[in-house]
Amino acid sequence: MTSVTNQRDVLPPPSERSTALGWVLKNLLNTWYNSLLTLAALAILFLILRGAITWAFTTARWAVIPANLRLFFVGQYPSQIPGEPDQIWRIWLDIYLLAAIIGLSWGVWVKRREIVSWVLTAAPLLVALIPFSPRVRLQIVAISLVGILFWWIGKRWEQRLQRFTLTLWIAYFPVAVLIINGIGPEYDPAVQALLPVVPSRFWGGLLLSILLAIVGIVFSFPIGVVLALGRQSELPVLRTLSVLYIEFIRGVPLISLLFMGQVMLPLFMPPNVNPDRVVRAMVAIVMFAAAYLAENVRGGLQAISKGQYEAAYALGLNGFQTMLYIVLPQALRTVIPVLVGQFIALFKDTSLVAIVGLLDLLGIARSVIANPKFIGTQREVFLFISLFYFVFSYALSYASRRLETALGVGQR
Amino acid sequence: MSAQTPEQSGIPFWRDERYLNVLAQILVFALVAGLLYSLWYNMNRSLEALGLPLSLKFLKINASFDIGEKLISYGREDTYLRAYLVGVLNTIQVAVLGVIFATILGTIIGVARLSTNWIVNRLATWYVELFRNIPLLVFLIFWYQGVFLKFPDVRNAIQVGGVYLSQRGIAFPWGIPTDTFRTYLYILGFGVVVSIIAAVLMYRQGQKTGRMPLISLWVPLIWLVTGVIGWFVLPQAPLTFTYPQLPEKGFNIIGGRVFSPEFMALLSGLVLYTAAFIGEVVRAGIQAVSKGQVEAARALGLNGFQTLRLVVFPQALRVIVPPLTSQYLNLTKNSSLAIAIGYPDIVHVYGTIINQSGRAVEMTAIMMATYLTFSLLTSAFMNWYNKRIRLVER
Repeated sequence: MTSVTNQRDVLPPPSERSTALGWVLKNLLNTWYNSLLTLAALAILFLILRGAITWAFTTARWAVIPANLRLFFVGQYPSQIPGEPDQIWRIWLDIYLLAAIIGLSWGVWVKRREIVSWVLTAAPLLVALIPFSPRVRLQIVAISLVGILFWWIGKRWEQRLQRFTLTLWIAYFPVAVLIINGIGPEYDPAVQALLPVVPSRFWGGLLLSILLAIVGIVFSFPIGVVLALGRQSELPVLRTLSVLYIEFIRGVPLISLLFMGQVMLPLFMPPNVNPDRVVRAMVAIVMFAAAYLAENVRGGLQAISKGQYEAAYALGLNGFQTMLYIVLPQALRTVIPVLVGQFIALFKDTSLVAIVGLLDLLGIARSVIANPKFIGTQREVFLFISLFYFVFSYALSYASRRLETALGVGQR
Repeated sequence: MSAQTPEQSGIPFWRDERYLNVLAQILVFALVAGLLYSLWYNMNRSLEALGLPLSLKFLKINASFDIGEKLISYGREDTYLRAYLVGVLNTIQVAVLGVIFATILGTIIGVARLSTNWIVNRLATWYVELFRNIPLLVFLIFWYQGVFLKFPDVRNAIQVGGVYLSQRGIAFPWGIPTDTFRTYLYILGFGVVVSIIAAVLMYRQGQKTGRMPLISLWVPLIWLVTGVIGWFVLPQAPLTFTYPQLPEKGFNIIGGRVFSPEFMALLSGLVLYTAAFIGEVVRAGIQAVSKGQVEAARALGLNGFQTLRLVVFPQALRVIVPPLTSQYLNLTKNSSLAIAIGYPDIVHVYGTIINQSGRAVEMTAIMMATYLTFSLLTSAFMNWYNKRIRLVER
């Protein structure tokens, strides 16, 4: 008789709750080849980490970083114009304004308290990781406080501030560039005394990298939209011209455009016009970015269903109005995350200007290494600037993924 | 109903879209042509002022500079044209090798990203994230200056198997062609012909019987067998191998084939970087094949390998090919960054020629035309291939 089994012989049901050991068995050691893979991966990881950590704590000469910190951030942005105070305050002013606007927008649109915790983690991390001077550390703390203050203001008067915040964003870029560039004596002498001109050949470091990327995306945006519309157009001349431009630019490397900008642009200009090197690079970058942006926008245009056009025509809108009021707003909304991705790519691509002799973050790094005082510090310097590029790009792409969810792209 | 003329319909011509369309096109065309003409005019005037009117005659002048790496014979007394050709071939060399290795590594990364093994999965993800967020140029310069140039000198070269790593480059064991090498090439060519004939025969057989043999497996096998037989039939082996050795004195590795640090850094840098992107392409392609397809294939009685070969792979390929093409093109274009680490590719030679001859406009045009040709050829080939494997809609 086996029909009745002893209760104690019955195994308990498998536990749903996973234990650490169970997780390891399931995810790392479930089959023999998986176990082998795990061992191999661990070995690789161990070798890399051991090498890296040993080097970082024994051989590496990190002194090169704090000694050149200012160079990395702003390049040769003048510390001294004869008879003037250190001009660095203009950069700080830009950062304060940016912190205020970011805080404000977070308060107005996102509202969540996260930003406080983010800032409270990010600021100390920044201070701890990068060997800033005490004064700079104070500034960072102040910037965080400004951001939080404006977040609170935005949250408090959310209704009234929405439109205002949007205007601020649009106004921010020209104002920031104006503060960095200064105002020539031919305008207001009073302002000129406050903001003497700093020619763009003195811009450098991270400042220049970010500026090039922003200029690239801002100026290429209208051109790219026009090109995308042209490529979608039914008019053969417009279409051919757009296709020719887009395919030409996408077919050649950025470096060849930068060379073209440096050596050929001065020839193209009338004799009395001679744009300086930074402006030439900007022209090349805008030309380059416009073609890629056009393709991204075209993707957005193609995602608009035909019914939208038909509905617009049925309402009596003409072709131009249909584009402006119906198609473009929807198309651009779907491509915003892609545009953020393109901005990241452009930010990375700006490093190429170092080849044509500009002192962006990479160019400054190369000149620091060439300094006889810091000879042989390639690894330290390049790891440091890679960290910057990485953090910047990673943060932006994270933000763009959040934006994608917030906009609900792909969910309609 | 006859077509109404604008007069009849009562629409003034400045609001008639037909007129406006033509007008807009003429206007845009005139604007673009005017812009181009003014640029052209300014350029010619500046060039006249410099005393360098447009001409391609300078290509026949002696280059009188050396190029470190070349696939064809070249010396200082050769022309600029030949110097440029050396650069073009160097670029092609890096691009072709880079594409091959990046595809292999990229596929591994892509599959690893889908692995159920947590550590492998995480490692592959970190790898991809790392390379996607660091500029290629920064990585390449770091890789060259921070890794390849920091290898020990030749006397203390690191030995990995038969390979020596040193500041002076990387030395591999290498074959030297003997007298019979040319004959051996003919044999290999003969092998290609044989395997093609075999493929055609097998295809016919498959059509007739309905059981298609594994042509893609048999063809390389037949070719390989011809190669192996040829190797041993010849009176003398077509290649003798030399192995790198540390020098007793002097600063160069003896024997083997030494690849310069510039070449190796560029090639491996491009491969590592592009593999991250190809990995994402491969992953997306595999994930795009719906699970139902696999289940249906299993329900039809196909085994695991057949499912992969006949169901999953062809469908994944369809998703993979277009973005893969653009990665190949990116790799080719990115090889232009060689100038930053001193490998004599197109842009590097271009820079030297400009500095010497001052012919910036002509050389820039030639360089851009070269890259455009690469791009157009690759995309033409890939379009053809894409058309061949695309979904046949009924």
